[in-house]
Amino acid sequence: MPSHAVRETRANKIRRFFRPTLAQAILGLAFCLVASVAVVQIRGTATTDPYSSMRRADLVELLAGLNSESDRLDAQIADLVATRDQLRSGADSSRVAADQAAQRLDELELLAGTVAAEGPGIRIVISAPEGKVSANTMLDGIEELRDAGAQAIEINDSVRVVASTWFADGDNGLIADGIELSLPLTIDVIGQAHELEEASRFRGGLVSQLESAKVGGSVAIETPNRIDVDSTVTVEAPRHARPA
Amino acid sequence: MLALIGLVIGIVVGLLITPTVPSALQPYLPIMIVAALDALFGGVLAWIKGVFHDRVFVVSFISNVAVAALLVWVGDLIGVGSQLSTAVIVVLGIRIFTNVAGIRREVLHA
Repeated sequence: MPSHAVRETRANKIRRFFRPTLAQAILGLAFCLVASVAVVQIRGTATTDPYSSMRRADLVELLAGLNSESDRLDAQIADLVATRDQLRSGADSSRVAADQAAQRLDELELLAGTVAAEGPGIRIVISAPEGKVSANTMLDGIEELRDAGAQAIEINDSVRVVASTWFADGDNGLIADGIELSLPLTIDVIGQAHELEEASRFRGGLVSQLESAKVGGSVAIETPNRIDVDSTVTVEAPRHARPA
Repeated sequence: MLALIGLVIGIVVGLLITPTVPSALQPYLPIMIVAALDALFGGVLAWIKGVFHDRVFVVSFISNVAVAALLVWVGDLIGVGSQLSTAVIVVLGIRIFTNVAGIRREVLHA
């Protein structure tokens, strides 16, 4: 440095460093002061929250920022809640619709005879001389059973009786839906057993007609707890009728 | 030597005592510390150069700290406190860099 021409030697410097002087003492005092205050400040900023040392203007600005942020988030929450409710109600209504459709499908399948059915009901076993059970008698009997609430009817474990089932008198006996029915006839009916039995047994009904002297048959009615109707029909698409 | 001992004692004292800084002084304490650091480095530089005057150092130390705190306080009063504290920090930072550069030049000759 130009201010002092003579550069002191390194050894001199080191000697000066270790010699206690007033200058050193004052510097040491200053160091001590600054170090302690700095350490206190460092500990203070480390432990207390950062807002305690902020100015009022900064805090007000911070608060305003937080308020607007909070408003924005509130609006977002309201939006999302509305969306959630919408989605939830949409999901609910579509599930209800699907449930109803599935239930309706089950009913219609049972009605149309496209699925097997099971449930309580009666089994009517008809023994009669060959060719004595006429289609008319059979049809009347089936109608009576339907009136009594029969929900699925099957003859001889092979013919499912549905809306389009027909009966005819063939050369060798009774024909239903194109299938010859051999005797004895077994009619499985699912429904309320007591009502079905009454519908068969009333005076002039199926049983009394078949057991009359003209036919000379015999009818046995069982009421098992469970009737299985396993035969099904395949529904052909209607060619002429359309939903109106 | 005594300076280093003072530094160590200061750190220990700072760790041991837990003074409650008055809240009115709290925003100015960091500025005062930076000002004191500036004066301290100036003092060290002067001592290394061999031109250290205790009176000059003490006066500059106290006035540095006082002026820095005063500036920021006035700034707070007129509503530019944060800007003024930034300005003070920048100026003191530059001075600290200059002083440290001088110390480096004296000690390392580089």
